[in-house]
Amino acid sequence: MSGGLPIPKPAAAAPNVKDPRACFSKETIARFDAQVKQYPTTRSALIPILHYAQEEKGWISRETIEMVAVYLKLAPIQVWEVATFYPMFHLQPVGRHVAWVCRNISCDLRGCNEIIDAFHKKCGVAPGQTTADGKLTLRLAECLGGCAQAPVMDIDGTYYENLTPEQVGSILDRLK
Amino acid sequence: MGELYLFNRIQKPGYRGTLAEYAAEGGYAALRKALAMTPEEVVAIVKDSGLRGRGGAGFPTGFKWTFMPKPNDPRARYLAVNADESEPGTCKDRILMERDPHFVLEGILISAYAIRAKAAYIYIRGEYRASKIAMDSAIAEARAAGIINEKIMAPGLGAEVPLLAYTHVGAGAYICGEETALMESLEGKRGQPRPKPPFPANFGLWGMPTTVNNIETLANVPPIITKGVAWYQTMGTKPSPGNFLCGVSGDVNKPGVYELPLGIPIKSIINDVAGGVWKGRALKGIIPGGSSSGFLPKSIVDGGIAMDHDSLKNQGSFIGTASVVVFDETRCIVRAVKILCQFYHHETCGQCTQCREGCAWLDQIICRIENGDGREDDITTLLALCDGMRGKTICALSDAAAIPVQLALQHFRAEFEEHIRSKRCPLGNPKMEFHTDGRHSHDHLHNTQTVHTDVLTLHGIENPEAGRYRETMRHPS
Ligand SMILES: Cc1cc2nc3c(=O)[nH]c(=O)nc-3n(C[C@H](O)[C@H](O)[C@H](O)COP(=O)(O)O)c2cc1C
Ligand code: SF4
Ligand code: FES
Repeated sequence: MSGGLPIPKPAAAAPNVKDPRACFSKETIARFDAQVKQYPTTRSALIPILHYAQEEKGWISRETIEMVAVYLKLAPIQVWEVATFYPMFHLQPVGRHVAWVCRNISCDLRGCNEIIDAFHKKCGVAPGQTTADGKLTLRLAECLGGCAQAPVMDIDGTYYENLTPEQVGSILDRLK
Repeated sequence: MGELYLFNRIQKPGYRGTLAEYAAEGGYAALRKALAMTPEEVVAIVKDSGLRGRGGAGFPTGFKWTFMPKPNDPRARYLAVNADESEPGTCKDRILMERDPHFVLEGILISAYAIRAKAAYIYIRGEYRASKIAMDSAIAEARAAGIINEKIMAPGLGAEVPLLAYTHVGAGAYICGEETALMESLEGKRGQPRPKPPFPANFGLWGMPTTVNNIETLANVPPIITKGVAWYQTMGTKPSPGNFLCGVSGDVNKPGVYELPLGIPIKSIINDVAGGVWKGRALKGIIPGGSSSGFLPKSIVDGGIAMDHDSLKNQGSFIGTASVVVFDETRCIVRAVKILCQFYHHETCGQCTQCREGCAWLDQIICRIENGDGREDDITTLLALCDGMRGKTICALSDAAAIPVQLALQHFRAEFEEHIRSKRCPLGNPKMEFHTDGRHSHDHLHNTQTVHTDVLTLHGIENPEAGRYRETMRHPS
């Protein structure tokens, strides 16, 4: 079973989270607060808030789940079931950067497999794996909505389109 | 190629879509004109125009709006704008949002007024960060300019109405494009479609009357209001009026997103608009309207089939998102079907047995055929499975997964049989690389399916079955 992401292991003991405001930066909390105001129910802000939390922490840990639950006055399971449903949330630590390479039909026709191979050649990662130096995690995405500019890749929210295998190396070099 | 009204500004060099630029092009005149009418008058114009939804189902937009409750109903109403665009092959809504966000916003505000919405929520897929930034800044500009607010004077009603729009992001689940899953997701839940009835116009977002419309659909509204119904119907065909955004991808010389009149022959889209099949090769087949619309062979394209709702329906396909994926003569249809089956298997929400199990079985059987391990009765099994998946589930994803397999078997059956008989790809494509890195398995993609084990571990219970489901899904290698 190499290549698969491991199922997250539970922490040894449940962290006792009392004040989520102490667990996130001021900026992140301000984003939480602004998001909640948009909706008639606080629960509606959950997915955007998980994004903000992930942007700060890098991934969604069990502590983050519980902190968000306390913040939104939800049961932890209500947060957890959402975090596990949506593929963009990382339930285990990932590299400093995450590259999503589209593997769907238009990108397959236009050579996404060569892009994936280029990652392997350049830094030895296969889909689902993180480089040894913790710089990058490679994942496969379903259609990213750039089919007419295939093949497409998304690194940390920036799209790279009409990609060639040769470009992969220089794009990776530019990442810190 | 006729008059453009969706891409006319985007095409201009240097146009960046700011409020000043949009206003200089006559922007927000349609909104002013609409606010001088009653909401019901706006609905009537859109209904008369014959505009049909561009999100997939092709439902008449004005007609959908009439399902909303009567004006004296005291409940809050909402407009949910579908910018989840994840149908493989589709890449159009994104261009409108990124490059002409005020145009999109104007369409949203007019539509929100027409259905008397308290607010509009724009559900943007999580990956579209650029779209979200563009829409957020357009909303901020419009708010600063007094175009949107809690209270905007509507001369047509002689009263102040709320005109509000917010963005909301998803997180990578295709199923959230289905209208009721979208509402669940907006409420902060798993994106699992709701059984209908009750329909959204009666019980939608937060239990209130709601209309769901696609971004491109709503972008048609401002030009209809400004230029009128008669003008709108000069484009397209009678049952399918107007222009549409056509993404052309795959094996063509000039892939791209083009604004074209509905009813244009698909052959002309490939040859005249997209520069023909690449590398001087012949056409093998197409996907006419996003992955769910299945495969059509060259013969049907050459037969002059048009890109409109009725023509495609007659072929057992449908217009979907009107995004064409082109396959040249060297391509293996079994491989293409496999990629789509893996996609639907990954995206099924798992509520309905037919869909959850059906998608997994389709994926496994197609993978085994592609891999040279197909069995003689596999085609019969596939057809029986597809039959069991059609029209029996909460939402249409199950149908969407079955249609590509059915149409591929209808038009390219010999290719499947040849794979099974000769235990390899007759087109000489190498056996799929089942690397040990799991590239073509789902391990690296799956968070969703392991929820039962995750729930247990959250409560500190070690589950001996953990990961079992993943194992059973692994493709034969
Ligand atoms: C599985 C599934 C996925 C869908 N994805 C989208 C989508 O990404 N974008 C969209 O606009 N409509 C999508 N739809 C269609 C919506 O349910 C709905 O019909 C549409 O948003 C209505 O808007 P319209 O009337 O303006 O077309 C999807 C439907 C299904 C069954
Ligand atoms: S048809 Fe599939 S995706 Fe739709 S509700 Fe049922 S299981 Fe979920
Ligand atoms: S198939 Fe890769 S972006 Fe659509």
